[in-house]
Amino acid sequence: MTLLWLFLITLAIAAGAFVLARSRVLAQSGQDRRKLHSLPVYYGSNAAMKSAIPALLVLVIWLIAQPFVVNNAVSGMISDSAIADNSSRGLVLAEVRRAADGLDLAVASGALTADQATDPQSDFETVTSAIEESGAILTSQITEPVLRAAQAFRAMTATGKRLMAGVVLLIAALGALWGLRETSPEFRARNVVEQGVRALLIAAASIAILTTLGIVLSLVFNTIEFFRLYPASEFFFGTNWAPSFSGRGGASDLGILPLLWGTFYISIVALIVAVPIGLFAAIYLSEYASPRLRAIAKPMLEVLAGIPTIVYGLFALLTVGPLLVSVFGDEGLGWMQAGTAVMTAGLVMGIMLIPFVSSLSDDIINAVPQSMRDGSYGLGATQSETIRQVVLPAALPGIVGAILLAASRAIGETMIVVLGAGAAARLSLNPFDAMTTVTAKIVSQLTGDSDFASPEALVAFALGMTLFVITLGLNVFALYIVRTYREQYE
Amino acid sequence: MTDASMDSAPTKGRLTTVDARTKKRNAAEKRFKAYGLTAILIGLFFLVVLAVSILRSGLPAFTQANVQVEFTLSQDEYDAAEGQMLKTKAYENLFIAALENQLEERGLEVDFDAAAIERLLGKTGGTIREFFLENPDRIGTPVTFDLAASSRVDGYLKGRVTRESVVDSRFLMVSDLDLVDALRDAGIITSGFNWNFITGSDSGVDNPGGAGIGVSVIGSFFMMLVVLALSLPIGVAASIYLEEFAPQNWFTDLIEVNISNLAAVPSIVFGILGLAVFIQFMHLPQSAPLVGGLVLTLMTLPTIIISTRASLKSVPPSIREAALGVGASKMQTVFHHVLPLAAPGILTGTIIGLAQALGETAPLLLIGMVGFIARAYPEGVASGFIDPNSAMPAQIYTWASRADPGFYEKAWGGIIILLIFLLTMNIIAIILRRRFERRW
Repeated sequence: MTLLWLFLITLAIAAGAFVLARSRVLAQSGQDRRKLHSLPVYYGSNAAMKSAIPALLVLVIWLIAQPFVVNNAVSGMISDSAIADNSSRGLVLAEVRRAADGLDLAVASGALTADQATDPQSDFETVTSAIEESGAILTSQITEPVLRAAQAFRAMTATGKRLMAGVVLLIAALGALWGLRETSPEFRARNVVEQGVRALLIAAASIAILTTLGIVLSLVFNTIEFFRLYPASEFFFGTNWAPSFSGRGGASDLGILPLLWGTFYISIVALIVAVPIGLFAAIYLSEYASPRLRAIAKPMLEVLAGIPTIVYGLFALLTVGPLLVSVFGDEGLGWMQAGTAVMTAGLVMGIMLIPFVSSLSDDIINAVPQSMRDGSYGLGATQSETIRQVVLPAALPGIVGAILLAASRAIGETMIVVLGAGAAARLSLNPFDAMTTVTAKIVSQLTGDSDFASPEALVAFALGMTLFVITLGLNVFALYIVRTYREQYE
Repeated sequence: MTDASMDSAPTKGRLTTVDARTKKRNAAEKRFKAYGLTAILIGLFFLVVLAVSILRSGLPAFTQANVQVEFTLSQDEYDAAEGQMLKTKAYENLFIAALENQLEERGLEVDFDAAAIERLLGKTGGTIREFFLENPDRIGTPVTFDLAASSRVDGYLKGRVTRESVVDSRFLMVSDLDLVDALRDAGIITSGFNWNFITGSDSGVDNPGGAGIGVSVIGSFFMMLVVLALSLPIGVAASIYLEEFAPQNWFTDLIEVNISNLAAVPSIVFGILGLAVFIQFMHLPQSAPLVGGLVLTLMTLPTIIISTRASLKSVPPSIREAALGVGASKMQTVFHHVLPLAAPGILTGTIIGLAQALGETAPLLLIGMVGFIARAYPEGVASGFIDPNSAMPAQIYTWASRADPGFYEKAWGGIIILLIFLLTMNIIAIILRRRFERRW
């Protein structure tokens, strides 16, 4: 039975419970709705809720837990001697899973009978050749223990699935019965249903907490794993970034400093572009612009914020990069070797951040009370003097907050730097050099061919952790500033 | 009055005469205003440059140079070709003869050999043989073959490849370009709309001409289905709880802080989460739209929650009080009265959140939706949620990171399609807002 059918049957049971409970309570009251505590639909919903929700909950938990139980059991079958020297238990288990998939394929294509595939006494040679013929993807020759483990894996997975279907349907049926038994005209069905809905609402709201927890846990565990293989001090204070993909461990230099430098340099260039333009645009829009100009220019600027970052990345790589090379390259001033450089990425990222700075500052400038402007005009100040000496100082903390938020955006930005900044990690002051950033290296370390247990791949999690901590710190600090100073004028 | 103000007292007569200091102040005022206007103009200028460079580089991706050759294969020729060892070679020779004939008919004399044809059109023999094997009844009747020219020839006709740039190339020679010019003058090479780009799948690294974005559009579509099916109900439920039911306590605060922080977490971190939790921990398949959809759901949730809460907040309390007053329970008030009134705003926010998710690339790179080529198209499409697939932005990234400049054109073309989708979604959101917006 496939998952979809199980899901649909559970829903069907719940729907049946709904209809039954509803008609039952109506029959009990002799079709007189006034004798019921709640509307009939609530009695139905009560039975349906009690049937579907526990069953679906068990289904989800079972689906998550089963692979662990099966993996553990199968892992116990493989003795340490069966694991080759250059391999690990995890790799052998992955091989077992692939062999099990191969068995499925072989059965599906008719190369093996279902009995042959499951029988632990079946002939090793015929089974393995059938797996290979069926086109399964195997990385190495199947050994006898792997095949037997794969058969056990298949058997346990299949039993698990059957058991799961039985348990889920049983729970659904029992829940339906429970709901039906409760159904009587005196039963306070609406209150119970509303409590259930409330619990669902709380569960939905808690997903935000679960997501944060998931992020933190996945980062922390893998980072600890990384620091077990690679010393933390060398990671944080190393000035050389040179991962090796051929060797396993030891041979790589994984210092974060060049990446952090690249990240900050590009972000600073981006802010130098975005802050003056964004700020002046915000001032003009909120203080000078006619309503008509504002109605046109503000959405137009915000279009820049709605464009996906991949578009900016391509713009950097194929338009801005070559343009800068033609001016600063060998044929021009001779400062720039290639199109991908700090300047390219920073400039394009600056363009992306203009609307971010301008709309945040616009809100903040608008929040400065009109009475302060009026007071300044009353003393004879011109409009620009008012803005520079009254409005901006009043709005400054909020603007600083906006700039910090923009900085956090710039630090976390990925696609522009992956395409526009280059791949070389170096500590250089020349903005026309190619440099790379934390985000770009996360991508390159996790999309390479290295396996997930090597320090070269795990370093990405340590980089992610660093990035997460920096951006979170900036965000919290920025929100704190904005919130504290906004209160001054409320 | 202080001494200072006594000094600058009006000694030079009337207020309307502009003295030097006022002039300076007025000039400063004008300058300041000009700075602001310049900033806006610079911003708009960037927007225009971006739009122009997208359109200029991307539109050629929608056309493709085709070579049309009319070709009659007699039964004898067919038998002779099938009797040979190198069957496709025989067909190729027949094809070249036909092409020569066609050029001669139009009075053009160009010398070319089989190698030149191969550089222009790829292996033609196989295509022709396949056609006649499948349609034996067409033997003896004239058939017009519409063959796609190689990406370099295509680039030459679009001006991307120049005569200077092919001097050192082993894929195309200057003499080939003479042939191309002759063919163009003879009307044999024509430029047509490239349907394959819109419906097709990605090609190998050596064939930019055959690359299409169709499969990744389907991948993106499946991902958006997952995002919509999960983030809308979860987001709305969470917002209803926070806005209507949540008591003021530490748990509510915790949720609020988490939501506002998640909204600012870099998207790549969500990719790490997806890789660690969904792929390494739960063993969900790599490159699957289901996993991509789950990651994007988590990313989109804060956006949807924030906009849903704003639209719930804008429903005036009098509606709630009236409902409660006639005996509705709190839950009935929310679901029967507040939610329907807030629905247009929620829908608008959801569409904008989806548009954001559609363009997101970085997390997809980490869960393996890059570099994958769906060759089994269209068989691989039906069971789309867990089969490996690509997505539009990931496909664009794949093309952008390939060495052959022919793919850059495809990447820009892909961006045009992506932006058309985003524009449509945003316009729908704006129309919904205009149509259903209610001022209380």
